[in-house]
Amino acid sequence: MVNLKINNIPVSVPEGTTILEAARIAHIEIPTLCYLKDVACVGSCRMCLVEATGARGLVAACVYPVSEGMEVKTNTEKCRKSRKLSLELLLSKHKKECLACERAGNCELQRLSTEYGCDPNFFTGEELNHPLDESAPYVVRDRDKCINCNRCVAACKKQSVGAIGPIGRGYGVHVGSAFEMSLMESVCVGCGQCIVACPVGALKERTTVDEVWDAIGDPAKKVVFFTAPSVRATLGEAFGLPVGTNVEGKMVAAIRRLGNVEVYNMDITADLTILEEANELIARIQNGGTMPMFTSCCPGWVKFVEQKYPEFIPNLSTCKSPQEMFGGLLKTYYCEKNGIDPKDLFVVSVIPCTAKKYECHRPEMNGEVNAAITTRELARMIKTAGITFNTLPDEQFDDPFATCSGGGTIFGATGGVMEAALRVAAKTLDGTFEVVDFPEVRGTTPIKEATYNVAGHEIRVAVASGLGNAAEILEGIKNGTRHYDFVEIMACPGGCVNGGGQPTLPDSYRNTLELKSLRAEALYASDRENTIRRSSESPVIETIYNEYFGTPNSEKAHEVLHTHYHEDKRI
Amino acid sequence: MEQEANCKACETLGTPEQEAKLRAVIEESKATPGCLMHILQEAQGIYGYLPRKVQETIAEGLGISLSEVYGVVTFYSQFSLTPKGKNRISVCLGTACYVKGSDKILEEVEKQLGIKCGECTEDGLFSIDSCRCVGACGLAPVMMVGDEVYGKLKPDMIKGILDAHREESK
Repeated sequence: MVNLKINNIPVSVPEGTTILEAARIAHIEIPTLCYLKDVACVGSCRMCLVEATGARGLVAACVYPVSEGMEVKTNTEKCRKSRKLSLELLLSKHKKECLACERAGNCELQRLSTEYGCDPNFFTGEELNHPLDESAPYVVRDRDKCINCNRCVAACKKQSVGAIGPIGRGYGVHVGSAFEMSLMESVCVGCGQCIVACPVGALKERTTVDEVWDAIGDPAKKVVFFTAPSVRATLGEAFGLPVGTNVEGKMVAAIRRLGNVEVYNMDITADLTILEEANELIARIQNGGTMPMFTSCCPGWVKFVEQKYPEFIPNLSTCKSPQEMFGGLLKTYYCEKNGIDPKDLFVVSVIPCTAKKYECHRPEMNGEVNAAITTRELARMIKTAGITFNTLPDEQFDDPFATCSGGGTIFGATGGVMEAALRVAAKTLDGTFEVVDFPEVRGTTPIKEATYNVAGHEIRVAVASGLGNAAEILEGIKNGTRHYDFVEIMACPGGCVNGGGQPTLPDSYRNTLELKSLRAEALYASDRENTIRRSSESPVIETIYNEYFGTPNSEKAHEVLHTHYHEDKRI
Repeated sequence: MEQEANCKACETLGTPEQEAKLRAVIEESKATPGCLMHILQEAQGIYGYLPRKVQETIAEGLGISLSEVYGVVTFYSQFSLTPKGKNRISVCLGTACYVKGSDKILEEVEKQLGIKCGECTEDGLFSIDSCRCVGACGLAPVMMVGDEVYGKLKPDMIKGILDAHREESK
């Protein structure tokens, strides 16, 4: 252990700890902009400068390791002046649209500028007027709000995508894609990890809230919402509730109060995905299909395969994602059953994700989902509508798409799809198999592996979240060092609970809390409380098959619930 | 001709010899950490500049993203994204030359050739760049054409210098 003093408070920490981490133990928060736990640590923004004995000048606390007997001062006049100067320089060329900026009230530059009493016009910088990058249907980039902290670049590199990077040098340096390509032309997969990493409003989703309001106001339209499993575990954060609060009941009540709408549970089509996918896996095992089979519920992952590893396209399950299965189900089965013209049905999915916005635009999906809005957009709609979220009563999803299995709910966390599939596949292969808990595939470990023996079959599985880890798995399969039968991939680290469409939380949360596991626990708790754990035992699923699809992987099921992929190799 | 070859290099990797050289450089350096700078320098030596296809090939060869390669290329002034002329003009804008009016020299070169600093003439004969000090401050203002240094310049001297090089390149 290393003993040091921070602002005269004695602290004892393991060797290799940085001043920033050590300060937290002394209840001191050193301000940061470019640092983000697990994502970025380069010491370039100069916000975390502190005085430390033995060092020449001020040092960057986020990268400077502690040493024995060190005395650190974090709040001297020199530190404060230096930070204020850095902030005022950043503000000099920042597009100050703070009145109506998406991140107003939740912007780290704004918070620090207020705390340090900055004069936003102390320096007159160059007036910037770069056009927005609105090329992609999922994310909008505003270069003039960017403060070059490079957290988005680090997040994208960690995803092994590398769509953006710093370009140029000196005053002209900026973040962009190679050869100034638009995001849509670049290798971007739409995961949105850049958005949740951004400390300011330089990155946001491409919003479709207005289209949803228009549809709600159109008497000729019937509007139905469905919410993805993880949204209930995060929406509360946008209303100040603790991370990991399950707000399912209030979420349903709030959406119902947006207008004359129905509110359905997307966990239903997560269950449906499992039935289709588990049966596809069994068919591949029994008929010698392409192995290993990869899950296909994450559109960011699918785009990643199409662009970077097209040789693995045959390994992707042909199942649509739960979002698109729901779109298909509503525009066929539901419309036929209720005598509705599909043109008059406006389908809104609420998703934790930006890639799912892109997914709606894939031509194979026939526009079945009319608008996909993120958790953040839903929160904004609820606030615009003047609904006092925290005081709402808990309400239930609407029939006929209300009751799901616990397997459908855990789809929102890394390992959840695998576990739900194992529950069904094992029972299908061996009717006496009663186990429903597969703890080996739970948790936020980047790559999880397990082998199960069911009815004489050895099933080797792997689960990875974060595309960097997915790439590691693909490379391992390619070079023959990894061998699996079934692989679950979610593009975002930790799965959908940590998706690019989830509420943006300030550094103080992201750097200290285990967001991914806290949010996931809300879903696992809901799974434990559910009397139906296996997707195949959901009464809703039984009705859907009885009334419409017959059996999993039937011809009709293939028509509505399955899809295909295209090579789109990009460098 | 050179211009044509350079344009082809945007789409392809140039001549079979150029491509073979590039691939050989990537292959022999890729195991060395921090090899990107070296490969880019070699590639610029092979092609005269760093066209997109070349950068893509390097990114693929090293298993890194194109944006990372492009970031390094745009950071260092030694790398060029555009083809260079047969006669590379470099006008010194270092302190001594600048106070002696080298900005007027650059302006005159641009005017005479009808291109801007960083560009190359359509016939591929001339390209213009600026530099910071060539170590001949006593001769300020200074410009270089290829390896030749011209000092104590006045704007009215530029036309003659360019004509001489044009003649020489015929």
